[in-house]
Amino acid sequence: MQEQIIIAIIVSSIAFFSVYGLTPIFIKALASRNLTVKDVNKKGDVMIPRPGGIPIVIGLVAAEIALYAFFPISEILAVIIVSILGFCVGFVDDRKVMGGWFKPLALAFCASPILLLGAYDSNLSFPLFGLVQIPSLYLALVVFMIPITGNTINSIDVLNGVASGVVTIASFALAISLFIMQNYEIGIASLCLAFASLGFYKYHKFPSKIFPGDSGALVLGSTYGVIAIVGHVEVISAIAILPAVINSFLFLTSVKKIVEHREIKNPTLRTEDFKIKSTDDKTAPITLVRLLVAKLPLSEKQIGAEIFKLSIFCGILAVITAFFMEVKI
Amino acid sequence: MISVKIYAFIFSMWILILIGGGLMVLFIGPISFPENIDPKITSVVKISLALFLIFIWVLILTKIKNWIFKSQLES
Repeated sequence: MQEQIIIAIIVSSIAFFSVYGLTPIFIKALASRNLTVKDVNKKGDVMIPRPGGIPIVIGLVAAEIALYAFFPISEILAVIIVSILGFCVGFVDDRKVMGGWFKPLALAFCASPILLLGAYDSNLSFPLFGLVQIPSLYLALVVFMIPITGNTINSIDVLNGVASGVVTIASFALAISLFIMQNYEIGIASLCLAFASLGFYKYHKFPSKIFPGDSGALVLGSTYGVIAIVGHVEVISAIAILPAVINSFLFLTSVKKIVEHREIKNPTLRTEDFKIKSTDDKTAPITLVRLLVAKLPLSEKQIGAEIFKLSIFCGILAVITAFFMEVKI
Repeated sequence: MISVKIYAFIFSMWILILIGGGLMVLFIGPISFPENIDPKITSVVKISLALFLIFIWVLILTKIKNWIFKSQLES
């Protein structure tokens, strides 16, 4: 146990300090190359460097490789490869605008290392009731998991700090859940993700100094998805990330098709004092942000705080669910 | 500030996940046909029932979502 705590401290430090130290360098590099986008929620032409996926993937993969040196198991190897592939898909989408179906299909391909390495268990665990053997259905779940988590995190990346903040909270909740279930190796892998995301959040929080872009959001989302599969915590991972899931759910049930986010009508508008309010356009999609500002306009910082409160609430539900995993009715 | 209804929506999602898991383990998982029937047919039946559960899950949540969103706008 003492050895595992030391390993957790080492790899978490690598994840946090790599991302924390590298991100300012990339902010300068991106700004000097004019790789910036307008922050639409700020007054005036505030330009923000983008994408921030490179420092995230460097820090995260360095920590995961260090973890693999301590625990050379196929599950950790699958996490490393899927993180890199998820980043590559996002990087392509950052460089060139791809169609709505590109990301789901490419991210489904990212799940192939999990299948090839056999880093999964085809029994699906449910709280209170135990296991269910559904080998065919589970294979489909493995293929769909990475596109779902990747796009879910990408779709919530609409306000300063929200994507990295939500992933930080959800990954900490997932790590606690994995420790409760005595799956220490994957629990430490989840800590790596939490600390890498926290390191980036320092610069992504309101007012952002860098945006993660598709490469940043997809590396965070695909890593979260692969940890859920190899850690056998699929249900808990879905609960921990419910605010982002709700956002995708609200969007898909109102739009009723998969589209590239640049093609959709904006569900929110800006007031004169640059608060965010719900649009009156009934054909615009319903999103979590639109739901939060349906009653009255809120500032970007206030909306972010409300989403983090929802994330903490879901993190608590996830940890309770982890305790339920140990209980059988 | 935020309506308690959004927290209730998340809580209802959580309860539906727990109930759905119970239905999967207690009813869909144990389904088996006589040995002379192809196991693939058993898998197809299980997958169909699981998809039906997901459909019901989405339908219930959509109803709750519409109710919350309308009440948020009206209040």
